[in-house]
Amino acid sequence: MPVEIFKEKYTGKVQEVVLGATKEEGGTRAYTVKLGGSSALPFLQFEGESARPVIAMEVWDIKPNWHECFEPYIGDVWEDPVAWAQKLEQEYGAEVIYLTLKGADPERENPKSADDCAKLVKKILENTKAPLMVEGCGNYEKDNEVLQAVAEAAAGENIALGMAEKDNYRSIAAACMMGKHCIIARSPVDINIMKQLNIMILDMGVPADKIINDPLASGLGYGIEYSYSIMERARYGALVGDKMMAFPIVCLAGQEAWRAKEAVAPDDAGPGWGDQKTRGIMWEAMTAAALIQGGADIVLLRHPEAAKLIKEHIEDLMVPNTY
Amino acid sequence: MAFEMIGERINGMFKDIGEAVAKFDPKPIQEWAIKQTEAGAHWLDVNVGPTATDRVKAMRWMVEVIQEVCDTPLCLDSTNYDAIEAGLEVCKKPALINSCPAERPKIERVFPMAKKYGAGIICLTMDKSGIPKSADQRIAFAMELVAAADEFGIPYDMIYIDPLILPCNVAQDHAPEVLETLRQVKTLSDPPPKTTLGLSNVSQNCANRPLINRTYAVMAITCGLDSAIIDVCDDDLVEAIATADMLLNRSIYCDSWVKVFRQR
Repeated sequence: MPVEIFKEKYTGKVQEVVLGATKEEGGTRAYTVKLGGSSALPFLQFEGESARPVIAMEVWDIKPNWHECFEPYIGDVWEDPVAWAQKLEQEYGAEVIYLTLKGADPERENPKSADDCAKLVKKILENTKAPLMVEGCGNYEKDNEVLQAVAEAAAGENIALGMAEKDNYRSIAAACMMGKHCIIARSPVDINIMKQLNIMILDMGVPADKIINDPLASGLGYGIEYSYSIMERARYGALVGDKMMAFPIVCLAGQEAWRAKEAVAPDDAGPGWGDQKTRGIMWEAMTAAALIQGGADIVLLRHPEAAKLIKEHIEDLMVPNTY
Repeated sequence: MAFEMIGERINGMFKDIGEAVAKFDPKPIQEWAIKQTEAGAHWLDVNVGPTATDRVKAMRWMVEVIQEVCDTPLCLDSTNYDAIEAGLEVCKKPALINSCPAERPKIERVFPMAKKYGAGIICLTMDKSGIPKSADQRIAFAMELVAAADEFGIPYDMIYIDPLILPCNVAQDHAPEVLETLRQVKTLSDPPPKTTLGLSNVSQNCANRPLINRTYAVMAITCGLDSAIIDVCDDDLVEAIATADMLLNRSIYCDSWVKVFRQR
């Protein structure tokens, strides 16, 4: 007797957001990426569309304070953000470049000016092909200035700008609208604030197909279950028609994973812990794997080996499980 | 499923609409169509009222003039099924038929018409002998109507069971029976039929009608009410409904929950 597979029927879907712009679209990117568009829970292809998660990789505008296990991979470029970005897309398979402007932080010695940041963004755009996401330094006042300049410098390229939070979203939203860019809206592991922030950003006049949500997802071992449940609830809300919960989600998996002591503790940390490099890479890959199951549409990765593992994992998951 | 509000105001029983229908003056009808749509109505009830001499012609005309100014789906409200059919012929979006009681000749007239036009049906838990008092008898009628949906090939969730609330100063004992009916209706089929009420009827000729209306709305939503024909311009009522909907965990809380409810 044939078994009839029960299929859930949904009425809603995740909003599609396109990152980047090709020459025809007024930019200079070699390709664009589509985030979102799913009409089912992640990887349940037999119930609807499950969008392929996109891999973004991280570049800083200053030399990063990362673990030494990164050095063999990017040590030759980490003082040159342009070369670093090129290496990520050419050698390590980054589909999107994610630039963090740490150097603009006014708490630092000789902080970079908004103009410096804009120039760097322009230079990266001139020397790379991938769509770009840009995050400010985290200081609200400085970011207002920096992101405004970046939005102008990148006009036409349809980049994503962040982080827009509850208390600073207005100026970032204005910069995004002016340059026709996407906005990354961050909520602190809080589904209610995620929804409210989306409403406020839409009220400002940002089009729905320009909004990306960052739920500030935790890393493995540090509350990832809670982040997972929030993302799952948001996705489920999107599928039953809640348009304010239906924006594609970005998870900063790499930076969260490498904050864990389990990722960076030395080889002799304890019996059964194994060598640090393998452990750290696996910590990042496991974090990202869980978050794409939770509904991440784009994951930000840090270690090239972790990115490689996740890329293979996504290929496996995208084999349709149609019944 | 989020709550559906059916705007009650385009009804010839109201003086301005009655006069507009008599004179074929589209303005008041179009104004109320826009106003109710802006207030968040998901459906607009359309009733030609008692003044129309030719109800078939009036219904068709009302549907046409409303569709000139908004694309909110319509709920065609008449006891004259030819008038409803005339309206369905010109509706651009799938409509609701308001209404059909548990009487075989009427079921045989309405259900095939609903099937033909892809319309939903508001089904009344009554027959020729009137509205029963007990929840059990109401449910018996609801069962007949759900069985008819099956017979005529209408999806269960396009049936809106209306257990018929009466004014609380005339038939106070009906109010809890209606609530019990709402609970039980949800067990009749899978997916269950939807439910609706002509809410304002509960407070007919009573003091402080808005308070009675919104209190009963919240009680009924808790028991399974999915939609109601209401005054969508009564802000307190809509806010109470939005809050009940949110507290039943049907939409994720955010500080602007009332606004989001109206904008769906």
